[in-house]
Amino acid sequence: MIRVKGLRKSFGRQTVLNGVDLEVPDGSITVIIGRSGGGKSVFLKHLIGLLRPDSGRIEVGGVDFGRLRGRALDEVRKRYGVVFQSGALFDSMSCRDNVAFPLREKLRLSRADIATRVDRGLEQVGLTGIGDKYPEEVSGGMRKRVAIARALVTEPEIVFFDEPTTGLDPVLVNTIHRLILELHRRLRFTAVMVSHEIPEIFEIADRVGMLHDGRIVELGPPAAIQASSNPVVQQFIRGDPDAGA
Amino acid sequence: MTDPAVAPALRPFEGLGRWAIWIIESLGRFGSFLLQALSAMVAPPFKLWPLLGRIHYIGFRSLLIILLTGAFTGMVLGLQIFLTLSRFGSEAFLGPAVALSLIRELGPVLAALMVTGRAGSALTAELGIMRITEQIDALTVMALSPMRYLVAPSIIAGVITFPLMTALFDVVGIFGGYLVGVELLGLSEGTYFGEMQTFVDLTDVMTGFWKSLSFGIIVTWVCTYKGYYVSRGAEGVAQATTQAVVLSSVLILVWDYFLGTVLP
Repeated sequence: MIRVKGLRKSFGRQTVLNGVDLEVPDGSITVIIGRSGGGKSVFLKHLIGLLRPDSGRIEVGGVDFGRLRGRALDEVRKRYGVVFQSGALFDSMSCRDNVAFPLREKLRLSRADIATRVDRGLEQVGLTGIGDKYPEEVSGGMRKRVAIARALVTEPEIVFFDEPTTGLDPVLVNTIHRLILELHRRLRFTAVMVSHEIPEIFEIADRVGMLHDGRIVELGPPAAIQASSNPVVQQFIRGDPDAGA
Repeated sequence: MTDPAVAPALRPFEGLGRWAIWIIESLGRFGSFLLQALSAMVAPPFKLWPLLGRIHYIGFRSLLIILLTGAFTGMVLGLQIFLTLSRFGSEAFLGPAVALSLIRELGPVLAALMVTGRAGSALTAELGIMRITEQIDALTVMALSPMRYLVAPSIIAGVITFPLMTALFDVVGIFGGYLVGVELLGLSEGTYFGEMQTFVDLTDVMTGFWKSLSFGIIVTWVCTYKGYYVSRGAEGVAQATTQAVVLSSVLILVWDYFLGTVLP
């Protein structure tokens, strides 16, 4: 269980997060939606320990994650997988080496075991046979899938997705979403995703939270969010620039 | 950004204060960056392949420029010192003059400046691009220290390769001086090398060694620091690269003067 209480973060005089409260049940897919520049990625960076809160509490499995440092922080991170917005693949390595990298560096496995798990990881994301190519030699959609394979290859308990479908065409968006859903069913990880792919994310989310003005203004199952009477939520879902939010 | 609550008459002081805080913060971050890198160097497990990769990147790939600039520096020294010494009838001291200039001063300084231009700038740009494409963040969230994987190997490689490249620069430079002084201007080979053995001792070699070693730390420290903390996309990478080269070059010259005053 991830539990966030009263999370606040400001950069200079600009308040980005102004008391975020959120609970992410184990094994669920929780999607955070909200307008661009609304602090979704900043929020996610707090959950993965790249930013520290000004105040508030982030609990991961009962541990106050937001206050951890050094090895204690890394111990929690070992349970994480993260898919970055850009993929963040190491461009000096082949796709295959990118997927193998966390296995080589984090786990004591034989070469044969690593090769088996990398093959399985690439197969899971439908990329058998492209492993020897470098990230710059494959398409944007393939890069995202390699990033997903890399995030999942260590079989993490919690996987964070930072806008994993940004910049992809609608078909690829659905392909990636379907892939995440399928992998989630198979591997049963807890997923926290930041996205503004409306309405596609309603197909895969167990819970959706709307981040607006630095707070979660609405949280619930997709159907409840879609039926919400909150004008901010409705404006975002409809993509209506003239509504009075 | 000016605080509207501050009286207009005090605003220059507000700006001065903000600048002072920024300087102190930057110096603190610069120092703690090196301390983090040092602690990453001594903490197991030790990574041999990243270190060999960095040695190849900083050292081996700078060889051509080192050999070229070393040869021409020696040749210029040979020519200019010969012409100067010939006014006093002291051409016999060409060998030691060239060797001492190179070993004590020009070798370490010019080799460091050349490597800063070739490898230091590339180091900053590489780390900067890794920062803006979230590759450094990816390492961090994998619970793998970017300091251990990216920064520490570069600094160790600097410590190893700078003295070696300086030695090469010195040797090639001395032969460049030989080419001009002996082969072109007619000084005897025995005089060139014989006088060198008389006047150059281990203290001079060690002075050059300590200088090159410290330049290796300075250049890799500055260049990795500038790349590690890049922000604002491609423009930020370009700025950081320029700043890294300028700051490294200035620090090399300042530190060279300082060491020149304290080393024998």
